[in-house]
Parts: sequence; C-alpha cells; structure tokens
Amino acid sequence: MLKRVHFPTSALPYLLVAPQIAITLVFFLWPASQAMYQSFLIEDAFGLGTEFVWFENFEVLATDPHYLASFQRTAVFSLLVAALSMGVALILAGFAQRVVRGAMFYRTMLIWPYAVAPVLAGALWVFMFNPTLGIFPYFLEFAGITWNHYLNGTQAMALVILAAAWKQVAYNFLFYLAAMQSIPNSVIEAAAIDGAGPARRFWTIIFPLISPTTFFLLVINMVYAFFETFGIIHAVTQGGPGTSTTILVYKVFNDGFVGLDLGGSAAQSVVLMVLVIAMTVVQFRFVERKVAY
Amino acid sequence: MADIQLKDLVKSYGPTEVLHHIEGDINDGEFIVIVGPSGCGKSTLLRMVAGLESVTSGEISIGGRRVNELEPSARDIAMVFQNYALYPHMSVRQNMAYGLKIRKLPKDEINRRVEEAAEILEIKQYLDRKPRQLSGGQRQRVAMGRAIVRDPQVFLFDEPLSNLDAKLRVQMRLEIRKLQQRLGVTSIYVTHDQVEAMTLGDRLMVLNGGYVEQFGTPIELYDRPASVFVAGFIGSPAMNFFPAELSGGQAALPGGGVLPVASAHSGTATLGLRPEHLMQDPAGPIAIEVELLEQLGANTLIHGRLPGTDLSITASVPGHANDGTGSIRRFSVAPELTHLFDPATGKRLED
Repeated sequence: MLKRVHFPTSALPYLLVAPQIAITLVFFLWPASQAMYQSFLIEDAFGLGTEFVWFENFEVLATDPHYLASFQRTAVFSLLVAALSMGVALILAGFAQRVVRGAMFYRTMLIWPYAVAPVLAGALWVFMFNPTLGIFPYFLEFAGITWNHYLNGTQAMALVILAAAWKQVAYNFLFYLAAMQSIPNSVIEAAAIDGAGPARRFWTIIFPLISPTTFFLLVINMVYAFFETFGIIHAVTQGGPGTSTTILVYKVFNDGFVGLDLGGSAAQSVVLMVLVIAMTVVQFRFVERKVAY
Repeated sequence: MADIQLKDLVKSYGPTEVLHHIEGDINDGEFIVIVGPSGCGKSTLLRMVAGLESVTSGEISIGGRRVNELEPSARDIAMVFQNYALYPHMSVRQNMAYGLKIRKLPKDEINRRVEEAAEILEIKQYLDRKPRQLSGGQRQRVAMGRAIVRDPQVFLFDEPLSNLDAKLRVQMRLEIRKLQQRLGVTSIYVTHDQVEAMTLGDRLMVLNGGYVEQFGTPIELYDRPASVFVAGFIGSPAMNFFPAELSGGQAALPGGGVLPVASAHSGTATLGLRPEHLMQDPAGPIAIEVELLEQLGANTLIHGRLPGTDLSITASVPGHANDGTGSIRRFSVAPELTHLFDPATGKRLED
C-alpha cells in the first residue's frame, strides 16, 4: 500500500485559490441565488411592495402561451444554429485537411469570425440583408424573393440563425480539424486500399471516429444558441417582428428590463439555468463514455 | 496473382530525390523482402507500389498492367500496416468485411470469406470484438485477415511485426511465411530487421540511401555480398572489415598478419571476414587481442582488436571460452570465405 504523503499545513494553497473562489462567489453564485430568490417574488405595478409567492411565477410561465411559443422557437433556433454551424464547419474542416499549400493562412482566415463580437456580427448581417440597402435582398429580388426581415417573421428568424451560425462556424471548425488530424493516416489509407472513395471514407471512417467531438460540439452549440446569441438578436431584430425571434434568453431581458416584470423574468432565468445545468450534466455523463470506439 | 515490374523508378520530394532509378522484376507468387536501415526509402517504395505515394518517373506494372495512374483501390492489392490500421469503431468481423462490402459482394459470400480467413488465422472467437479488446498479436492477425479476405493479386507488408515482442515476432514471422506459401500470392515485405528478411524472403532487395545495393536470394547476399553495405547489413554478428594490401593472392592486414585470399587483384582493398568464418588455428595468420567475451551458450563471441592497432574484430567460436582480457587468440580463414571490396566505391572486387 502506498504511504500517504503528509505536507505541512499552510495557508498558501487556500490563498492561491481564493481569487477564483471569490470571483465565482461574487459573479456567479450570488447573482444566481438572487435570481432564484427574485423568482419567488411578485412586485406590484408601481414598485412599491413585493410579495413572496413561492412558485406562482413558475405556474404563470407554465400556462403562458407566449412563453411556451418562445420555448418552441428557441428549440428550433438552437437546433438549426447547431446543425448549420456544425455542418458547415465539418465540410470546411474536411476540405481544410486536404489543403497542402497555404494551409496556415487558410486556417487562420477560417478562425477569424470567432474573434468578432456578437453585436458586430449581427450588425454585419443587418447591413448585408438590409431590405433597401443590402446586397443580398438585391440579388434575391432577381430570384423573385422579396426580402424584408422587418416585416417577415420567418425571414427574420432565418437571418438571426444565419448570423448566429456564421459566428460559431470558426469554433466548430477548430475542433473538427483537430479531431480529424488525430485520426491516424494509415487508417484512412487502409480504407483507400480497401476501395473506399473520399466520400465513403468520410462517412464510414472519419465521421464515426470524430463522433465524440460531434457530441461535444452539439452540447456546446446548443448552449451557445440558448445564451450567447442575445447580442446578435438584439442587434438584428430585437426579438421582432412581433415576437417571431424572441428566444428564451431575449424574453428574459425583454420581460425583466423592458416589461419590468422582475419576478417573472427571474423565474424564466431560473428555468434557463436548470436547462443549462441539465445539458452540462448530459455532456459530462456521456461525452467521456459515449466514445464510438 | 501477378508479377510486378519496377522500371527506372524515381521518387522525388521537391528537388530531393529519395529513390534513384529502382529496377526490379518480381515473379508471380514470389515473396520479396525490401530491407534497409531507416530512411533508406523502403517504405516509400512500398507505398508507391500501393498507390499511396505518387511516382515521379519510371513505371510500376502489376500483372503486366501499368498502375502508375491507378488509385490504390484499383490496383487489386492488400496492405498490412505497421500500426495495423484497423478501423477502431468496427468489430473484427466488420473490419474484415469492409473492403468486401464496398465491392458489393453478396452477404453470404462475405460471411463465408470472413469465416474462412478467421479460421486460417485462428481468430474465430474474436470476430465480434473491437480492435481495442485485442492484444498486439491478435490485431496483427486481424490486419492480415483483412488483407486475405480480399483475395488480392499482391500483398504488401509495411514492417508488420515491429510492434510485437521478440517471441511473438518469431512466431508471426513463421506464420506469415506459411500463409504466403499456402496462398501463393505475390508479396512485398518491408523490414529493417535482417533476420526477418533472411528468413522470410525468396529474394531480398537491399536498399541504402535510395539505391538498390543488391537484389538476390538470401544465400547469394550472404555468400557474395555486392557491396560493403550489404556485407555489413546481412549476417549477425556483423562482418569484420579491415583495410588490406593485396598482392599475389595474399592480403596483408594492418598489424602484421598475411592471409591467402581467392583474388588476383593487387593494391589496397577492404577485406571482409565473417565472425563465424574465423577458424581457431594456433598457427593462423590472424591474431586477436581479447577484450570482451559474450557467452551465448552454444557459441562464444570474442570481441577484440588486431594487436598493435585499434581495429576491432569479432570472432564466433563454438562452445564456451574463458580467455582473459589481453590474451591472444589466433585464427585462420579459408580463402574462398574472404570478401574483398573496392575501398573507394565499396563495391565487391570480383575474383
């Protein structure tokens, strides 16, 4: 049996981790607990008094058709963002791996969009798709499509999905490229000798072997679409037209800081928090274990 | 089954030529071993035959058909890789069936072939396991199984045994040889291990620095090495080399000894003597000042130097020995077992 090693007790290790613990407490745990507490309160219309109501805010949410619609919208939005950005990243990574000349340059260029702030990314897409000035509506008109995301909810949704997915492609690309490069070359060569063409090699060898990365990215992208797309939506559509692009995280902001329903907004953010905790648990439970080989 | 022709084969990476005008005819059903030190281009040559590396100039033909421009899949070859290159996410059965499925063989035919190969390789009980659940030797068998189910014209082996331990390597070596004889498929086998090369190959191609040093049967290479490189590479322990002065069928060694050689050349030459050809002879011309003994049981290796020089020499004597350091042993060598090489080019001096 191994002997336990005893180190002399000292305050140093506690001191060294103290800043991190302090940051976690002040910026994460305390606000989270505040949100939790807020979600049990209802404030009157003039902000003069608050009442402790236990789960009434949540009960209201559960029956609020707007909230349930937003839930559905968020599911569609995040699934499409994840699918689109991962799909594009996968294709780009597959091709980038075959590039020999100027690979560094090509890869660096592909990673750049990740450095663009969400609001800026949104602003870029707003300009490109501006119904009167934008270049894309101009082209779309030749195809007989009238683009106006200020009026058309589906188009507005498509635009925020595009913008959000575009920004995430770089991140996914990096992970996919790394995963593909970790596959031994000889395995690919063996498949080539076995008679598999490039497409078949991709789907029967490469894709299954990078499935742990796909799963990891799926969780990351869902979380990204749920939470970090606020800036893009705020810049592009502000949740409109109507509520057609009001996803959950935008509704939290809208109800709380615009509608001033602090209790209801806090309850929504608690629901979101539970969702992200659930997703993280799923990721930790399965990402290590559900390796295909 | 097919013969393979390599004609004036050159491989360059940019301006660097790594294989220089390789020539070689491989007969149908022959087992060819390409052997050489690391970096000599042997794997590159094999990969060119496989179609994994492009051919800079020259021609490779398999079964009389030029294959330079063909994809690996169109060359009807199977390859066993050094790291096995099994598909980690597939079971042994799926690994072996992968190539057959791509060729759209009927299911029962695929099953029959996989079972048959598994039978030959004694891996039947592992068919439903994943590669990571197998030992190195078993993975090696699966890799071979994947090659034989395809029933290809040519087997290519890229150092397939170098990841196995010594005992298993000897066993697998014999099995590969038996399998190849049984199937009669033309095979090219790359290794850096000269023992493996000697025991496996019908013929050996010795590569050094991208040049073919010699291409012949193991016994030809051992008896009549074409160059100093081949002489030093083939045979264990390695051949001893000395600068010698030739005149009148005799070679004068540094430090005094004069021994008869089967050559009419005169002038300076490199003399090669195999340790196992040094015969104990109290009146022999070669003296060894003993420095170290290696007792191998059946025989003893005597490491020493020629007295008065710092040229080291190794002799292999049968049985045991207990010479002290610094003592002198004398040896003689039959003239026909001496090897003479041109000191400038390293090429063999013909008798």
